[in-house]
Amino acid sequence: MLCENCGKRPATVHYTQIINGVKTEMHLCEVCAKQKGSIEFDAPFSVTNFLAGILEPAFGTQVLKPSFEMQLTCKGCGMTFDEFRRAGRFGCAMCYSSFSEKLYPIFRRIHGNTKHVGKIPTKMGEDIAIKREIDRLKIELNVAIKNEEYEKAAQIRDKIRELEKKLSRE
Amino acid sequence: MSDIVITSRIRLARNLSDVPFTIKMNDYDASNVIDRVRDVILKNKQYHFEFFEIKKLPLIKRQVLIEKHLISPALASSKIKSAVAIDQNENISIMINEEDHLRIQVLYRGQQIQKAWEDANRIDDFLEQHLSYAYDETWGYLTSCPTNVGTGLRASFMLHLPALTLLGYMKGIIDTITKLGIAVRGFYGEGSEAAGNLYQISNQITLGQPEEDIIANVVSITNQIIEQEQQARLKLLSENRAFVEDKVYRAYGILKYARNISSNEALKLISDVRMGISMGIIKETTIDRLDVLLNLIQPAIIQDYFGREMTPEERDIKRAELIRKILE
Ligand SMILES: [Zn+2]
Ligand SMILES: [Zn+2]
Repeated sequence: MLCENCGKRPATVHYTQIINGVKTEMHLCEVCAKQKGSIEFDAPFSVTNFLAGILEPAFGTQVLKPSFEMQLTCKGCGMTFDEFRRAGRFGCAMCYSSFSEKLYPIFRRIHGNTKHVGKIPTKMGEDIAIKREIDRLKIELNVAIKNEEYEKAAQIRDKIRELEKKLSRE
Repeated sequence: MSDIVITSRIRLARNLSDVPFTIKMNDYDASNVIDRVRDVILKNKQYHFEFFEIKKLPLIKRQVLIEKHLISPALASSKIKSAVAIDQNENISIMINEEDHLRIQVLYRGQQIQKAWEDANRIDDFLEQHLSYAYDETWGYLTSCPTNVGTGLRASFMLHLPALTLLGYMKGIIDTITKLGIAVRGFYGEGSEAAGNLYQISNQITLGQPEEDIIANVVSITNQIIEQEQQARLKLLSENRAFVEDKVYRAYGILKYARNISSNEALKLISDVRMGISMGIIKETTIDRLDVLLNLIQPAIIQDYFGREMTPEERDIKRAELIRKILE
């Protein structure tokens, strides 16, 4: 296949672009691909550090076929997923939820696991307890309403609001 | 066993939930983290912490802290505003704005990993009461680098393995334990060579195992290495006694009489003598004294010890003098 841009050299770089669910493919030679600029093509496999070495294989052939749908961006710090992959470092705590689904293969590769089973911070433990208490009270509230015990229901509702306030403050 | 385990260290990586991680930090964020952490640390009545802003420390003082393993080279040369809190016994240090907002580190001589973990855990509990950590129910403590996520825990031992090195067994051991999720580094951490036959052994996996299991795993592998080192020493003694005796006595002789010695040469010789003492060959001095020397011979610490700056040439002379004095 020849490059779609210059029509001279063989197309070795393949893009898959998905915009509003419409998939378009682009096939370019390395020279034209480089001119497009938005993605680094110099050496897609240049493993500059240990971490890059860990991260690369997690994406398999996607490294050879960069696609724009990978341009995830963190809402917290503005870091893109590509930027994270290059630096091997997260920009903020929200990066974890922003890149969430991409992280499982990475964590599995590094740690062989994707779930923390160690220490829970005490304060966080309290939050978890409060959330559980709210869930319990909501069930109680439904029962009270069903039984037409409106005074009791109002009391439970106030308790829930109080707990929710406590959660949002932290 | 203390003749093989030089130090035990626990490190916890922690971040605040509401500030970008250090890679995305600006000056305001950096100062903000330092101020908040300092306020909290100074509230602690159990330990006596002294607080230092890295940029305000003279270069030589920073180097001393690196050589004492109280701060990392990365913290010392950090481009953003960074700081460290050090307890008066110099066992505990809390680095601020290193790769993570917080790096709680506890370091003890000999095999005291359990004690180190208890201290680190206690300090972590205290800090957590006053700061809001970046934590996720699924992924645990959120760290700047994905290799630390989960527990943020690094448990490590500094081991002295001269016999295994001399017999050429270290490469095989490193290959094996690396496959078991254990990292091996040199004296000064990442990327450094195993000068003086000193190796740092630590866990690589931080996610999916409770802290106690991670530590137990490092301890168990370390114990196996210790056993192999002891076997290797016996083998050396039974098969090459004359060679070993000559090697350690030569080392002892140079240390005792040299007038000019570099830190690298001293480190190698101290390693040989240290092995000689634990093998019962050298009885004129003790492991404890050698361990004091192991620290004192380092370039910045030696200047700190004599209380003034020195040229490298002057240092080599003063180092020889100091070694002679301690081996007296
Ligand atoms: Zn082209
Ligand atoms: Zn982010």
